[in-house]
Amino acid sequence: MGMTIIEKIFARKAGLDSVRPGDTVVVDVDMTVLIDLQFATMWLQPNRIHDPDKLAIVMDHAVPAPTLKDAAGGPRARKFAADFGIERFYDVGRHGICHQVIAENGLARPGEVLACTDSHTCAAGAYNTAARGLGPAEVYSIMCTGSTWFQVAPTIRYELDGNLPASVSGKDVFLHIAAEYGDATNRNLEFGGSGLASVPMHDRRTIATQGAEVSADFSTFEPDDVLTAFLDDGGVTGYRTAGPDPDATYHDVRHVDLAALEPYVARPGTVSHNGLPVSALGRQRVDQAFIGSCANGQLEDLEIAANVLRGRSVAPGVRLLVTPASQAVYREAMRRGYLQDIADAGGVVTNSTCGACFGYHMGVVGPGEVCVTSSTRNFTGRMGSTEAEIFMASPATVAASAITGYITDARSVTA
Amino acid sequence: MKLAITGRVWVFGDDLNTDAMYPAFAMKMDPPQAARHVFYEVRPGWTDEVSPGDIVVAGRNFGVGSSRPVAALFNELGVAGLVAEEFNSLFFRNAVNAGLPAMTLPDATALFTDGDTGTFDLSDGTWRNDTTAASGSVPRLPDLILDIIAEGGVMPRLAAQGYLPAELGEVLRSSSVAMRGEGSGA
Repeated sequence: MGMTIIEKIFARKAGLDSVRPGDTVVVDVDMTVLIDLQFATMWLQPNRIHDPDKLAIVMDHAVPAPTLKDAAGGPRARKFAADFGIERFYDVGRHGICHQVIAENGLARPGEVLACTDSHTCAAGAYNTAARGLGPAEVYSIMCTGSTWFQVAPTIRYELDGNLPASVSGKDVFLHIAAEYGDATNRNLEFGGSGLASVPMHDRRTIATQGAEVSADFSTFEPDDVLTAFLDDGGVTGYRTAGPDPDATYHDVRHVDLAALEPYVARPGTVSHNGLPVSALGRQRVDQAFIGSCANGQLEDLEIAANVLRGRSVAPGVRLLVTPASQAVYREAMRRGYLQDIADAGGVVTNSTCGACFGYHMGVVGPGEVCVTSSTRNFTGRMGSTEAEIFMASPATVAASAITGYITDARSVTA
Repeated sequence: MKLAITGRVWVFGDDLNTDAMYPAFAMKMDPPQAARHVFYEVRPGWTDEVSPGDIVVAGRNFGVGSSRPVAALFNELGVAGLVAEEFNSLFFRNAVNAGLPAMTLPDATALFTDGDTGTFDLSDGTWRNDTTAASGSVPRLPDLILDIIAEGGVMPRLAAQGYLPAELGEVLRSSSVAMRGEGSGA
């Protein structure tokens, strides 16, 4: 019987001939990634770990440290990395949001298993990796033992048809899917189809990242030539991709006509059954506009924002915050002039961090405020006050909204 | 940890996300203080009412969101276990790994009312509403998962396996100590 992408990777990593939904499997984990928050409380130094070459540490959520508690974590992380000879230690200055750092450094490889202490680890599903976020205790355990267990969930297959229009992004594809189909709790998502080649890698990562928002387990893309070219550029070699079998069994197969999509926006609270085309929203003022996060702080996202903002100005009374997804993205965006364009328009460029996305630092919103964000979550209270409203949209839409002061389809600004 | 629990139940609704149980501002606090903010907006004051041994019953998609260790906050409050019509799998795993019994029970929010006494036994999958006398069973979890819960979560297990100093084994069965050891997530 045929297997989906996730079933195939699990079978390989569990040493089994086949894996089916409902099975509980124990799999070897190829790469484990710790984040700064793990060190900010009373980190216990382990006696031994599984393999320092299969471990990375990324400082991302609370850097530079906004609290004394976070400041105390840095030295613990540095000592742990030094004591155990962990070479993949991305300390402040060569840091970034973990999922961006994972992508830039080839830590997510096709057909392999990746675990990390952040719920958006499914981002690496864009690279045909079985990647998912796990709790701090479990990631600590994998660091020690090198393996973990999964209950195999049924898979929902998304067949992407047609070509993605230039003015529509991966964010819009995801917001459309979430609006149309809602939650996928205890389901895996799998993306492929004849239109996949028209979806660039950065858009695939946005889509894979946001699988967590519809409560999915894994969110994985089929391998193709676009992925191969991306990995070649990054010097990633020696992997074995995992495509689905033609006779794989799916919980559901859903077709998405990419060519028919337009910019989408999700209303506050959730993305599930709560989105609509920007053109149908009506006039909605904003106080803060945020472009950043693991989902949409990529170089291409900053390029899109810069193209909208160049020669224009942020509306009076509106704050535009832009957080590059990594120090590498920051430096390249600076070299290309994107950061100049953003700052010239009146936007604020911050250091790379998860800060504003999870309401911890660098752009918390207050009572009665409205934020339009290209980040990952629009839960009530996610970015600060529970009396603030968080709309979610693409970087193009957020940039256009910052200029007009209300949620705006970028095509009406740049036309 | 006990696989069979009996206690007063508190009934909540659908789609309760992690940020509603463990908001970002509480992540700046130590665990005992952070635990005072569970459901801070959904049901203000609840953490003053809940008593050790009580059980939380929720609806569908319980715990969607972050990897932050919410289960450890429930341990901190003395909550004996979680029952939901449907768990987000990351949230479910966090409960298991914190040694907090968790049972998936379809229609749980219709079968239980705030203040009822409930009994849930993970070892055989049976449940009973001791107030209404309704009862039934759900599929038993695999031994691999039940063993982690029975051992009090993964941190005590790691101590027993020699990955952590052995003398910490018993101490790590205290949830708040385990949480400080493993750190936090997001």
